[in-house]
Amino acid sequence: MGKYLSKKLLIYLITFFIAVTINWAIPRFMPGDPISILLSRFSGLEGGREIIEGQFVQSFGLNQPLLTQYFNFWRSLFAGDLGISIYVFPKPVINVIKEAIIYDIILLVPAIILSWIVGNKLGAYSGVNRKADNIMMPFFYFLTSAPYFWFAVVVAFIFGVKLAFFPISNAYSSTVQPGFNLPFIFDFLKHWFLPFLTLFLVQLGGWAIGMRNMIIYERSSNYSKYMESLGASDRLIRNYGFRNGILPQVTGLAIRLGTVVSGALLTEIVFSYPGLGYLMLRAILNQDYFLIQGCFLFIVIMVLAANFIVDIIYMIIDPRVRLSYSGEV
Amino acid sequence: MRENILEIRELKAYYKILKGDVKALDGVTFNVRRGEILGVAGESGCGKSTLASTLIYRKPPLKYISGEARLLGQDIMKMPEREFKKLRLKNISIIPQYALDAFSPTKKIKTFIGDLVSEHGIRPNKKFYDKVAERLDMVNLDPSVLNRYSIELSGGMKQRIIMIISSILDPDFLIADEITSALDVSSQRFVANLLANLRDEGIIGSAMFITHDLSILYQIAERIMIMYAGHFAEIGPTDEIVKNPRHPYTKALLASLPQVGIQYKDKRLTGIKGTPPHLLNIGPGCRFRFRCPYRTEKCEETPLREKVNEDHYVSCWNSKNIGSDNHG
Amino acid sequence: MAAREFWKRHENLYFALTNKKVLIGISIFTLMILLAIFGPALTPYSYDEFAGEGYLPPSKDHLFGTTLMGKDVFTRTVYGLRSTFAVGFIAGTIATLIGCIIGFLAGYYGKWIDEALMMITNIFLVFPLLALLIILAAYLPYRGIMTISIIVGMTAWPWTARAVRSQTLSIKNQGYVNLSRISGISVFRILREDIAANMFSYVFMVYILQFSGTILAAVGLEFLGLGPTQGVSLGLVMQNAVNWNAIQLGLWWWAILPGLVLTILVVSLYFINTGLDEVFNPRLREM
Repeated sequence: MGKYLSKKLLIYLITFFIAVTINWAIPRFMPGDPISILLSRFSGLEGGREIIEGQFVQSFGLNQPLLTQYFNFWRSLFAGDLGISIYVFPKPVINVIKEAIIYDIILLVPAIILSWIVGNKLGAYSGVNRKADNIMMPFFYFLTSAPYFWFAVVVAFIFGVKLAFFPISNAYSSTVQPGFNLPFIFDFLKHWFLPFLTLFLVQLGGWAIGMRNMIIYERSSNYSKYMESLGASDRLIRNYGFRNGILPQVTGLAIRLGTVVSGALLTEIVFSYPGLGYLMLRAILNQDYFLIQGCFLFIVIMVLAANFIVDIIYMIIDPRVRLSYSGEV
Repeated sequence: MRENILEIRELKAYYKILKGDVKALDGVTFNVRRGEILGVAGESGCGKSTLASTLIYRKPPLKYISGEARLLGQDIMKMPEREFKKLRLKNISIIPQYALDAFSPTKKIKTFIGDLVSEHGIRPNKKFYDKVAERLDMVNLDPSVLNRYSIELSGGMKQRIIMIISSILDPDFLIADEITSALDVSSQRFVANLLANLRDEGIIGSAMFITHDLSILYQIAERIMIMYAGHFAEIGPTDEIVKNPRHPYTKALLASLPQVGIQYKDKRLTGIKGTPPHLLNIGPGCRFRFRCPYRTEKCEETPLREKVNEDHYVSCWNSKNIGSDNHG
Repeated sequence: MAAREFWKRHENLYFALTNKKVLIGISIFTLMILLAIFGPALTPYSYDEFAGEGYLPPSKDHLFGTTLMGKDVFTRTVYGLRSTFAVGFIAGTIATLIGCIIGFLAGYYGKWIDEALMMITNIFLVFPLLALLIILAAYLPYRGIMTISIIVGMTAWPWTARAVRSQTLSIKNQGYVNLSRISGISVFRILREDIAANMFSYVFMVYILQFSGTILAAVGLEFLGLGPTQGVSLGLVMQNAVNWNAIQLGLWWWAILPGLVLTILVVSLYFINTGLDEVFNPRLREM
């Protein structure tokens, strides 16, 4: 148990370390000398030039040895200093990100959890019912094959434009007062629903397909045969199969988190939903490299944290890992 | 004469596959009596495990073809699945070949047993688990194993626990399918004795012990049935089978084994030449004729089951010519 | 023995050719390839020219309608499809190759090589790749199809490595491979004669999944405006549509049809893959 978690933690720490290093190295070593491009861009910014140049001396420290630059980079990182945004000048990048990341969490957490649960249930049903299987499976293939942002466009077109049930941009209307009041919450949920629905549906297919195959595999396993020989009902055997089939699905969740987060980033762009994805697009369009890097770092942190949570859940539900009988990492 | 718990008449079950029928169980007749352990022996692929599956767990491609199997008077072949479900574990039960792999990895042993008996309307309460603990004690296991997962148990422990689970509702008839094959010699003896104990204590009404190891059967079985390539070959009291085999296959099988209780001082061990026939779309005739030293033209017809002695039946056209040379 | 082996292969081929999913998948996929190859010849327009009036719904002249500015959406889609196929082939191949090599080395040699390679694999696995792709692509001012394919391919291999590793492990421990190892036959020969022969079907299925996976990753990049800097790609077409508010303006053909073509392509790959899975794993066939 300890071995399992510590091994995982080590991987996450190394990943974080690499992410920071990439962040540091890319502007310095990429072809095309991006830093000079950056500097020339800043010269056009009124009033901000001194601040930005100060920022450069500090975080890039271009006249210092590389190793010193590297250490300084880490130091300012731990001080929460990711530089100043150009797109929303002169707000510190960390503050811009803090405001945006809440939207990602609000969108992602329910979408991931709900689609995982519903997808697994539907898949399990599909695995034991041939009729349901034939009807649902093509639909699931379609969902899992659709690029998130394209599906977002379809959802936006159908529910937002044709049926006009839901708004298709921003997190809330400019007419409501943000705060803990009913009109705002209602308005917020209305804006939230379509991006949520997109993430929910696209993921759903993958979970359902995975669970369907797991159920079929479990059904032909020896313990299922044994239980049936001893007169256990289909329902009980199915429940056992589901319990075991869940395990690889949790591992699958860990593997797919990155894709899901990427999907969320793109979905946000379609709905102009002000999370990290939308922010990142703005940053790319405005060549706001500090902001791009900040977003990158926080996406990495978000995915690593989510992975860690999944690991803990996995450890709780799989006795083999809990009792250290298997070193599966 | 003791009551018959199981009566099998001309039972046939084939594997229906793309290319035709694999006739793995082709007309077998025998009884199992109360209080008896019947040994079933033969080479792998002779149909003994198919017999076990046919009796308790038929899944495609295995299909029942004809014949009857009466368990306590009821024909379990023609019984609706829903009805038969109720008989399982209570009246008929099995210790499967894959006992070491028969546990769900995510359930504690206790949950597993509890769930299984609940399916038969028995509440897994304290009284029930006390009984389970008693049974575990019989096999030298501490009741604490109930709170473990299968991964925490050794192979021998799993085998013993499966035996306890399969017999927990005191079934009238228990199929023990190759339960000693995966174990070392000392555990084999333990497990075999355990089966006899379960019978002696009246926990199980009767048992069918399927194995390819005749020497174990000699220790615990009252009668032995020999099968060859899906056909019934011979059945009789253990002593008779060992001392006076009337089927050439039984003879060859005995000759190929070291110590089955008789002195082989002067005799060399002999293997059986050739391999069993493929059972796919196989035609009539004695299936052993390709390897049989006593083969005659008559053997192109499927031999009939004949009584040669009290309780001793054989399916061989030439059984009268066989058997004399073993008396000497 | 050889005859039986031969017969066995034919059985799989038989099941593959009678599997509905495989047949449907292959038909659609072939259709898409033909569309990508001959599509540009079928359309009188070029992908960047203003081919007619703007805001035209699908018609005989403009199969997929026109954009707000009057570009022909069908033309842009088939050209984009070409670029998508190119990315799929190149990136899919790169990812499959890296994944197979790393997975095989880890599984075959075990011990510290396994530990080290799996550590690297797991790191890549938890890395949010789109974010990494974005940051790489963002700093590359000029990007061709090749650059995009390499970037995508270099980041898409981890799950393949893990899968191939466990396959190698299970095959390695089978008798015949052990026999070859004890007899001192070289690793390359074992790889070629024992392992590759047994994993061919598996690797083929991995390749199909990588093909569709890398296509989706690349389209995501294109949608962010980080695709190839020249030419047209499906992601770019969709990005333009979203940027120009095509949905709000009701130009569904612009916003939806190019993505639909892509989705159908990916679905066809999925069908082939699942069908083959049923062919190679009889347990799934039972359903």
